[in-house]
Amino acid sequence: MTFADRQKRAQDNWKQLKRGPQPVIWIGIATCGLAAGAADVLAAVESELAETGAEAKIIPVGCIGPCYLEPLMDIEKPGRPRVSYGPMTPENARMLVHSYLLGDDPRPDLALGTLGEGDIPGIPRFFDLPMLKPQVRIVTRNVGLINPEDIDHYLAVGGYGGLERALTLRPEQVIDEVTASGLRGRGGAGFPTGQKWTLARRAAGSPKYLICNADEGDPGAFMDRSVLEGDPHAVLEGMLIAAYAIGATQGYIYVRSEYPLAIKRLAIALKQMRDYGLLGEYILGSGFDFDIRINEGAGAFVCGEETALIASIEGKRGMPNPRPPFPATSGLWGKPTNINNVETLANVPFILRHGPGRFASYGTEQSKGTKTFSLTGKVKHSGLIEVPMGMTLGEVIFSIGGGIVGDRKFKAVQTGGPSGGCLPARLANLPVDYEALAEAGSIMGSGGLVVLDENTCTVEMARYFLAFTQQESCGKCPPCRLGTKHMLAVLEDICGGRGRLEDIALLEELGKAVKAASLCGLGQTAPNPVLSTLRYFQEEYEEHTARRFCPGGVCQALVRYSIDPEQCTGCGACSKGCPVECITGEPKAAHVIDEAACTACGTCFQVCRFEAVQRLPAAEGVSGAGV
Amino acid sequence: MSDQIDAILREFDTGKTTRQQRAGCILPVLQNIQRALGYIPRESLPRVAAFLGVPESHVYGVATFYAQFRFSPPGKNTVTVCCGTACHVRGSGRLLRDLEQRLGIRPGETTPDLDFSLDTIACFGSCALAPVVVVNGKVQGRMNRSRLLKRIEAVASPGGGGDAEADGQEVRP
Repeated sequence: MTFADRQKRAQDNWKQLKRGPQPVIWIGIATCGLAAGAADVLAAVESELAETGAEAKIIPVGCIGPCYLEPLMDIEKPGRPRVSYGPMTPENARMLVHSYLLGDDPRPDLALGTLGEGDIPGIPRFFDLPMLKPQVRIVTRNVGLINPEDIDHYLAVGGYGGLERALTLRPEQVIDEVTASGLRGRGGAGFPTGQKWTLARRAAGSPKYLICNADEGDPGAFMDRSVLEGDPHAVLEGMLIAAYAIGATQGYIYVRSEYPLAIKRLAIALKQMRDYGLLGEYILGSGFDFDIRINEGAGAFVCGEETALIASIEGKRGMPNPRPPFPATSGLWGKPTNINNVETLANVPFILRHGPGRFASYGTEQSKGTKTFSLTGKVKHSGLIEVPMGMTLGEVIFSIGGGIVGDRKFKAVQTGGPSGGCLPARLANLPVDYEALAEAGSIMGSGGLVVLDENTCTVEMARYFLAFTQQESCGKCPPCRLGTKHMLAVLEDICGGRGRLEDIALLEELGKAVKAASLCGLGQTAPNPVLSTLRYFQEEYEEHTARRFCPGGVCQALVRYSIDPEQCTGCGACSKGCPVECITGEPKAAHVIDEAACTACGTCFQVCRFEAVQRLPAAEGVSGAGV
Repeated sequence: MSDQIDAILREFDTGKTTRQQRAGCILPVLQNIQRALGYIPRESLPRVAAFLGVPESHVYGVATFYAQFRFSPPGKNTVTVCCGTACHVRGSGRLLRDLEQRLGIRPGETTPDLDFSLDTIACFGSCALAPVVVVNGKVQGRMNRSRLLKRIEAVASPGGGGDAEADGQEVRP
């Protein structure tokens, strides 16, 4: 069977699936959906179908984005649009099989929205929902919409069309198109992709290698996982195009071992590609040979750094090397090597298929296209999102994210993970753009957006990130190895109530030294969370040291709690919530906290609806349980 | 055990690999050993070194560099707390303290009766469902103290391993 025959067959089957007589049930089976209980929903649907004898095809898909509505399930009946429901429970999944699949009631009260052609009265269109409307889906174009374990689904929606077109061009022309699109590295640093490919193309030496960096190590980021789990072929097609452009013959995908489902789906996808003549020799009948191997990471954050990643694939400790030489000239096994991130590669087929102009029509002067983010923390609508570059952080958090959980006050947003910075609420108008974020002391990073509310402590956040980078420092260069350790010790003192006012200047001095002198990106960016919080939240550091008070109530050594008898209604919510049972009082009478037993966990403060529980600076000589 | 290790090593012996390629297999070799045995036995290191054609110190250096590898057998039940940013902001630190108190061990340790191992992980990538705890390979989102402790009692109960609440995901494919 030729490739064209396979494409035709895939399209026919897809039409049959969409327009045929059998209803289809789509269930989001990504790691996030499974963590929310998608496996139980799937089992409930399967048993209900078996018991009732109802006919329907069940198709697993990736995560379409709004993780806060997981588990998600869609029902598509012949001649009607797909109706999306969530969050699902096994009970309402069974109920929907009866009311909509067997009956004719789509239950608009439970539905989130419709996908595809046609309308159903009372149900909005899914992509018109407030969380989805401002988004533009290029990287995630198929995620949640096709079965990631079926290459025919990918072919039916135009997959590998970018590769087919690329193979009709000369490699230099492919690079020109990527350059014209303005695509920049989505791993965080934002190096122009076309330029990177040119360097690898021109480098002398053979063979040449192409590596896909899927070692998504930033805690709080899961964009790459979502794409790999939901549309692995998009990344693999991007790899084929990149390999053709630079002249690589062997590819590697370096995936972190914490993503077993992504690894499994990549392995399935690679096998299907081999069966379809998309890997190996004479790909699609051209003179282009290329193969791809999966390399599983082993839990080292530093391996996200290019030279450390290469060392890891070579079977060494994942320690970085000074650049130059850059991997483009001397990379894996000393050969020319090009490394691109998952999201960068997933953009490439779109650019080749639709032309660079369409891609560049989104974004700002310097930052073209879109960016995916994992929107998490204290935000209402958490999930995977993709927005055009240039959208402001405020729009992302409030229009898409729906604002702060419990309608509390928005305090800050952490971008770029442990390498990034903490930006205060007053910078909400800052656009998502490489240069704008860097100017504000943060970075675009790979795309973690962790939203912080008033009950978060920025000093403690800085301590958290330093604890991470200190732990993950490979130990090769002293500025990073010793500097992060010293910075962490100072931050632990401050959070533990032992800080001095002069520690603030010491932290800044240390941070600048580590940033300037470290060997690789890990050390060069590790101080960012500290330096950015010092820049925007210095008063919080001062409160911690001079006043011995943590306004966010997170550093337990720096707060104590007391109940204002005037405000207390004696509702008892605090004493029920107290994990150490140190709150006493008669019903409807003012309650009292036994400060000697209190661990300052703050549960009472958060549950009290009458503002009777007060958060106060730790008294001299009396401290809580410590950090 | 040594038979098992030899069998794992044989899988990597394709006959036509270069010295360089063989040395590059170290991570997959160690990963397969840990997958089969639950940990890397010290006595496997010389065998791995001889097979890959590298010094034993190199194998030890690599195995200790990466957080994934452990040198002692895991407990019957493994509990892993995600310490990613989103989980941290949503209280995973407190869950970890609750577990330390309940099990009487610190992360990286196993209870003396070999019933439980406690671990932390940098990030599972299920941040939107924070905080996340993985009990016996099943990722469980939106965790809280009472659900977590109930879950621990369920798997720890006499007879052990009774998986009452079987939601979540198998981590190993």
